[in-house]
Amino acid sequence: MSLQSFAPVLPEIFVLAMVSLILVVDAALDDGKRYITYTLSLVTLAGAAFLTLRDLSSAPGVVLHGLFIDDPLSDVLKLFVYLSTAAVMVYARAYLKARDLYRGEFFVLTLFAMLGMMVMVSASHFLSLYLGLELLSLSLYAMVALQRDSAVATEAAMKYFVLGALASGMLLYGMSMVYGVTGSLALGEIAQLLADGTDLRLPLVFGLVFIVAGLAFKLGAVPFHMWVPDVYHGAPTAMTLFIGSAPKIAAFGFVVRILGQGLESQVAEWRDMLVVLAVLSMAIGNIAAIAQSNIKRMLAYSTISHMGFMLLGILAGTQSGYGSAMFYVLVYALMSLGGFGMILLLSRAGFEADRLDDFRGLNRRSPWLAFIMLLLMFSMAGIPPTVGFYAKLSVLQAVIELGYVWLAVLAVLLSLVGAFYYLRVVKLMYFDTPHDPQPVAAGADARILMSVNGLAILALGILPQPLMAVCAHAIGASF
Amino acid sequence: MFGQEILSLVIWVPIVTAFLVLATGSDRNAPLARMLALAGAALGLIVAIPLATGFDTTTAAMQFVEKKSWIPAFNVHYHLGVDGISMPLILLNSFTTLLVVIAGWQVIQDKVAQYMAAFLIMSGLINGAFAALDGILFYVFFEGMLIPLYLIVGVWGGPNRVYAAFKFFLYTLLGSLLMLVSLIYLYYQAGGSFDIQTWHRTTLGMTAQVLIFLSFLLAFGVKVPMWPVHTWLPDAHVEAPTGGSVVLAAITLKVGAYGFLRFMLPIVPDAAHELAWLVITLSLVAITYIGLVALVQADMKKLIAYSSVAHMGFVTLGFFMFSPLGWEGGLVQMISHGFVSAALFLCIGVMYDRLHSRQIKDYGGLVNRMPVFAALFMLFAMANAGLPATSGFVGEFMVIMAASKVNFWFAFVAATSLITGAAYTLWMYKRVVFGPVASSQVEAMKDLNAREFLLLGVLAVAVLGMGLYPKPFTDVMHASVVELLAHVAHSKLP
Repeated sequence: MSLQSFAPVLPEIFVLAMVSLILVVDAALDDGKRYITYTLSLVTLAGAAFLTLRDLSSAPGVVLHGLFIDDPLSDVLKLFVYLSTAAVMVYARAYLKARDLYRGEFFVLTLFAMLGMMVMVSASHFLSLYLGLELLSLSLYAMVALQRDSAVATEAAMKYFVLGALASGMLLYGMSMVYGVTGSLALGEIAQLLADGTDLRLPLVFGLVFIVAGLAFKLGAVPFHMWVPDVYHGAPTAMTLFIGSAPKIAAFGFVVRILGQGLESQVAEWRDMLVVLAVLSMAIGNIAAIAQSNIKRMLAYSTISHMGFMLLGILAGTQSGYGSAMFYVLVYALMSLGGFGMILLLSRAGFEADRLDDFRGLNRRSPWLAFIMLLLMFSMAGIPPTVGFYAKLSVLQAVIELGYVWLAVLAVLLSLVGAFYYLRVVKLMYFDTPHDPQPVAAGADARILMSVNGLAILALGILPQPLMAVCAHAIGASF
Repeated sequence: MFGQEILSLVIWVPIVTAFLVLATGSDRNAPLARMLALAGAALGLIVAIPLATGFDTTTAAMQFVEKKSWIPAFNVHYHLGVDGISMPLILLNSFTTLLVVIAGWQVIQDKVAQYMAAFLIMSGLINGAFAALDGILFYVFFEGMLIPLYLIVGVWGGPNRVYAAFKFFLYTLLGSLLMLVSLIYLYYQAGGSFDIQTWHRTTLGMTAQVLIFLSFLLAFGVKVPMWPVHTWLPDAHVEAPTGGSVVLAAITLKVGAYGFLRFMLPIVPDAAHELAWLVITLSLVAITYIGLVALVQADMKKLIAYSSVAHMGFVTLGFFMFSPLGWEGGLVQMISHGFVSAALFLCIGVMYDRLHSRQIKDYGGLVNRMPVFAALFMLFAMANAGLPATSGFVGEFMVIMAASKVNFWFAFVAATSLITGAAYTLWMYKRVVFGPVASSQVEAMKDLNAREFLLLGVLAVAVLGMGLYPKPFTDVMHASVVELLAHVAHSKLP
């Protein structure tokens, strides 16, 4: 094994080395010099992006004895993971400072979680998939619990941990069943063996059910969604911002690797399961979101419904379906960053802007931020000319191509239900007068990022083609 | 320089100006925002004029066509073009936008820039909906216009504005989302194309046609609005500011009716013939029953809103007579209703600005204090009742003629509206304008100022002109209508 064969793994190695360095450096810093940790973390992200961009692959290449795959899909997903992680750091800085959470632990855990995501999206083996997933999950559990003296946060972390561990167990159990049937843990081999047919149908389907249940847990699809609102609500908003963005991109990669690449030939089996998950997620997510008065909880339920929509693309089981789901999840990450980022921007020391009422009259306090939030809300509702419309359009197209017109009709009706609570936020911002007329105190860096974030929603809504083409290319060249 | 891109200009000039207006910021710069908005609206109308002057009335083909690839992944094109059906509507919209900007000049004092920008953006989007020849492009404009209208009703509306804004938004969204599913279905049936003219030639089975017909009926029927999905309209009208009511009545309702001609009838003609009874019944109910509902309204805006529903019933009735007379009558009725309803809502706005009431009972004897206003108001009331020599007569008469050729009873039922229409409009007019002066506040009301006189005067000329000599309008439409009708008569069953 030559050194050359490590080249595709270079970004992961770099990130690991840098995290270790930050861990050591940060221990020696006092609170006033924390900006060094912050800068180093951003440098890590930039370096990783550089390494990924330098070595963009045009075709899948499996290395490290089949554990790791380097293909356009993993490259693109990684780049978006870096981007959203960087955005999280910029949005969260002031918030963390004001709450005494601006410490090395946050950055180290974030970067470890990101490393886990990188492994997840380019794993081609059940072992490495699981390794990446656990690295991500354990870092997230710790992040949620970072605010030690907050009872809600600790409770959320506990719930997250217990349910997450249960999900991991299910996933492992399912994987072991598949191993029993095929005798292999490598996705490529499994795909080949299953394509040739097997007479062990029962254990295979049994394993498949457990795998799908485990994946649904991680995605937060109904009926495995119970942890989502509690964790989103209980965790400090900066952590919610992170949990709600990059990990969803990684989870998409994870699901597509397992179902789309490893268990591709079993599409007829898992499609029906995903139909049920998608319909339930869209229904429960959208209906329950209406009843929320806390915007973090509302966005948590909205996440559930968005994951249902994304599943519509995956369940098509076609390249265009995966491409549309990928477009959906990237757009979702962009909207989620903006949505939770806005809560961070409106919060101050000792004040959490996490109730819907805190958005009242935002148009009077800051017309520009209100306009961006308006774009975000209409985008989440899927109203043109924002990019959220094209995300919905592309998954609906995949479903109709499959011949499931009834599913598309159901999906649009449920998104109509969803439009109500997004409209309510716009109503609060524009139609009502503020309780608290103070101007918004947010740093210039976060404001600029928010402007870019919001305008991206509009710009991609007017010209969605580039991002769509990237997704279609990534999927097309990796399958 | 822009010889080929007139339609793009018509769409984007108002939208770009809107962002300039928004950039003026807070209300301290309100005069600047008003001037910019006026300039944008005027420019928007000026760039639309070549559409009329350069229009070739002898052909049914699309004119001023622009086509560029927009989203190649879905084969979506930025494809614009107008024919005799859409061109007059674009002009009507650009004209109305100018009126609305002038109408809001003094009345709106709060968040002026945002108010003006919302109307300009909406104007551009509506022009886009009329000019789009690509299904997705149409949908983007069609649904995008909900956003500014939602804000107009909700921010500058009356006491119950939140309810009205939500009801309006969710109602229209319901219809258009189901239409979206139909559009995607058509994409696959047409072999991967969102081109509307390709869809006109795509063969479809009867079941698919019926389902698509129903989704279009819901999408456009809510917008028109047809009975029984009209209930959002009175609420939205009552709560909206004057400008919002004008645009709502004069323009956005027409987008729904336009959808019937551009989408429903040519794409699913067999289902349309099969289910014509349904639309005819709904239209006749709207004409008769809603007319009676209008009769008992105490609120003037609500009365005009219900009368809009009844008048739009004529439009849909005319379309489903499947004859040139019926279609042209429907189209003339659309444009006439654009003028008349805009004028009536402006008249109510004039009164509301002085007395801050829309209740009929608060008025009386206006003619003593505001003679000029009373005269103009009289003209528009007569036009609303369908008096000959006004534009209101032409369309209704043509539709009734067309209906009598199909079935005497259709014509008979429709013609009763000439009685109810006269009853509710003129009775309202009598109670508001004649009689003794109702109160000391009415006593203090001043007659029209120059700005208001200009607005109503221009509309009076339009109403009379169209009533006396409608031929230019029907000439523009004729070739397109005949061609489209021939198309609709042709079965598309495989």
